[in-house]
Amino acid sequence: MYPEYMAASLRMVDETRARRLELAKKPEPVYPPMDAAERRAVLEGFHPDFKSDARRPVRVGPNRGDILTTEVAHLLESHSWLRPEQVDLSRPDFETDLLIIGGGGAGCNAALTAMKEHGVRSLIATKLRMGDANTMMSEGGMQAAVARADSPTRHYLDALGGGHFENKPELVRALTEDAPKVVQYLENLGVVWDKEADGSLQVLHGGGTSRKRMLSCRDHIGAMIMRTLMDEVKNHPDMIEVKEFMPAVELIRDEEGRCAGAILYSMDSEEFFVVRAKATLIATGGFGRLHIRGFDTTNHYGATGDGLVLAYRAGARLMYMDSVQYHPTGAAFPEQIAGFLITEKVRGAGGQPLNKDGELFVFPREPRDIEASAIIRECVQNGGGIATPSGRVGVWLDSPIIDLIHGEGYTAHHFAAIHRQFLRYDLDITRVPMLIYPSLHYQNGGVEINERCETNLPGLYVAGEASGGVHGRNRLMGNSVLDYNVFGRRAGLFAGEYVKNTTLAPLTLSHLDRHERDLADAGVDSELVTPILLPSYAPEDVKKRQLIRGGNVLPGSSVLRNRLHSDATL
Amino acid sequence: MGSASAAGHGINITHDKAKDRHVTVYVMGKACLVPGDATIMGAIEYAGHQIIRGAGCREGYCGACATLYRLPGDYRIRTGLACTTLVEDGMTLAQFPSIPAGKAIYDIETLKPDVSAIAQTYPVVFRCVACNTCTKSCPQGLQVMDYVQAAKRGDIAQVMDLSFYCVACGLCMLRCPAEITQPLVATLAKRLYGRHLRKESRELAERVRQVEDGSFDPEYAELMAMSREALSQRYYARDME
Ligand SMILES: Cc1cc2nc3c(=O)[nH]c(=O)nc-3n(C[C@H](O)[C@H](O)[C@H](O)COP(=O)(O)OP(=O)(O)OC[C@H]3O[C@@H](n4cnc5c(N)ncnc54)[C@H](O)[C@@H]3O)c2cc1C
Repeated sequence: MYPEYMAASLRMVDETRARRLELAKKPEPVYPPMDAAERRAVLEGFHPDFKSDARRPVRVGPNRGDILTTEVAHLLESHSWLRPEQVDLSRPDFETDLLIIGGGGAGCNAALTAMKEHGVRSLIATKLRMGDANTMMSEGGMQAAVARADSPTRHYLDALGGGHFENKPELVRALTEDAPKVVQYLENLGVVWDKEADGSLQVLHGGGTSRKRMLSCRDHIGAMIMRTLMDEVKNHPDMIEVKEFMPAVELIRDEEGRCAGAILYSMDSEEFFVVRAKATLIATGGFGRLHIRGFDTTNHYGATGDGLVLAYRAGARLMYMDSVQYHPTGAAFPEQIAGFLITEKVRGAGGQPLNKDGELFVFPREPRDIEASAIIRECVQNGGGIATPSGRVGVWLDSPIIDLIHGEGYTAHHFAAIHRQFLRYDLDITRVPMLIYPSLHYQNGGVEINERCETNLPGLYVAGEASGGVHGRNRLMGNSVLDYNVFGRRAGLFAGEYVKNTTLAPLTLSHLDRHERDLADAGVDSELVTPILLPSYAPEDVKKRQLIRGGNVLPGSSVLRNRLHSDATL
Repeated sequence: MGSASAAGHGINITHDKAKDRHVTVYVMGKACLVPGDATIMGAIEYAGHQIIRGAGCREGYCGACATLYRLPGDYRIRTGLACTTLVEDGMTLAQFPSIPAGKAIYDIETLKPDVSAIAQTYPVVFRCVACNTCTKSCPQGLQVMDYVQAAKRGDIAQVMDLSFYCVACGLCMLRCPAEITQPLVATLAKRLYGRHLRKESRELAERVRQVEDGSFDPEYAELMAMSREALSQRYYARDME
């Protein structure tokens, strides 16, 4: 239930609905889309990335001197859990051809493809359970140009435009050209796509698409694909070994400068393990749980940007880590689900963002960064926001209009998860709108890759949300589900090929010494120890008592008890 | 945690009294005073635990946070996902982040989408005594028993449909007196449906062929050779469906 004081505003939303429904029925956009100049103005004025302290130069490592998101720069200027002399690399605990770090969509695809195409064995080490990943959570859909009116090259142009023409062209080509094949591959694994009566795939619009191209599995595409991939991985225990609750905390190199495996850390026993691998794939996903600029996030519990840290210390270059994707529509009320993702498909199906007077103020399907900035502008500059009892602010997302457009029952069927989620708090979104505000959603950049998922460090492959270059500085909806499928498969294909002709030299962690020297030379004074692994949501007073007990700001002591991450330190 | 703060936007709001209300919950036996409007997960963390097992997506998709609880004066065992269930005063709770279940190993290509697949992989399904405990324990409100019955009949399409929103938290199989592993059956049925019972898309097959034949190569080459300005012009001038 919404608090009483919102009733007047809710009434205005009801009153303007009939008029807005008429607009929605016309072929023209319900609100004029922005041109290039308007887009630039709203971005520079209101996108959180453009705040004066949002970015700063990083002082060490391969991107030294580049301007990065401030929290990311902090992360990269931190200490390792390990000192090289503490680790005996001469007797690895595990050996494998391909080490895959991260059991989400990209990781599973890589393992399956390396097995299928090359007969290569792999070991998947993941932080929580398999599938505790952003992949599990996607609701809306995956882009693929499969409709007759569409084409992969059109998809290419849309993705480039959405990314402000900064995407690496060869990556966008791979993304869009592999897409139809990916749809077929997933279907053959048993993914149940939404279809029309004649068997063709159902397509919908998403932000920034010029053709209907969004494929879906009701509003559970993530769970559908993730569970299918995990199930298939588990059907091959002889080829794919899975280690859960065993995050990687550092990459290992060999003396000839190749990536040669990683150090894993057991969350249960707090032991460290050495894995020697001919090739290593970072498929660790994104960084929402860093709560950049204090934003709520849509991401899963383990999305702490670990892959960036690991790769960076080992010498890999990052790309576009100066931009953050805020999803335009995260829940702002009720408090318990603040940040919860309201899929863009709600707007694709006709849902309209409205201000407190029940009026439209933006075209509902602008690219994400533009849409999010426009919502922030409406709250900050135009006073069009509605405050919540706990001190947030948001605008309405009119959902009741969807059933008026598509017929009763549409919302309950197509947005079952969201419908159910809000009903738990006595809010029936077929009758009342949702209160929304942008939520920290996606790591646009990452470790720079080429179309073979290679990095500048031989033997190190990166795929999925951890990688950079595919989306420029702004990813469009549906292109990251596609991304982890396209590039997860490519990583398996090309890393699988690479391991066949690779012999490793002796292993080393000398890059950690070099990193510590760089920190000292740059005069960096940081107490942060990374990767972060998990955020802490203990209240601040509890955190303080935990730190006193731990007393351990130096790297190398208990990871779990050395939980330095808090708003104060990041 | 959040900063979509109204204060930061210069908007005045009244203080919410409900936020100050605290309740006592018993987290794995230990009494903890927590905010009255917290989720179970929020309460466990408020009490200072660093959850390792028992939290995943935190939004109701992954099934990592299966929880059993009782309320004071009520004999019933209740079930919920810790991330989406709100605390109540006097609640006693325990999390079940992992519930033992043996996944069958199979080749989805060669299984047939009928009762034979069920018999081969999860014959335990035929032990169902139709007690409906699974349905009553499902935090997603699914008709679990109905899909188990459908599985017994080999009606794969119905199992797929009824179990579509299963998050595999495992609470049903924890409570099942016949020891059935419902979520595993659900995953199998979805895969069987997608692989064998779908309607083929001719459009898709054609498009895949076009890509393989290199039909789009010339246009890709043209686009990839264009300057940023030219691309931008083409982008803003493109027609919309
Ligand atoms: C709520 C939500 C909705 C979304 N909806 C859509 C959508 O509709 N369409 C779309 O295209 N995209 C969507 N996305 C984005 C998309 O789902 C993700 O970008 C994508 O799934 C990322 O896949 P991945 O395999 O790269 O990473 P993930 O799926 O996140 O997998 C990464 C894995 O690595 C593990 N890991 C992390 N650190 C370590 C470590 N140190 N050691 C070992 N393992 C580690 C993690 O625990 C996780 O299991 C959505 C994202 C979210 C959060």
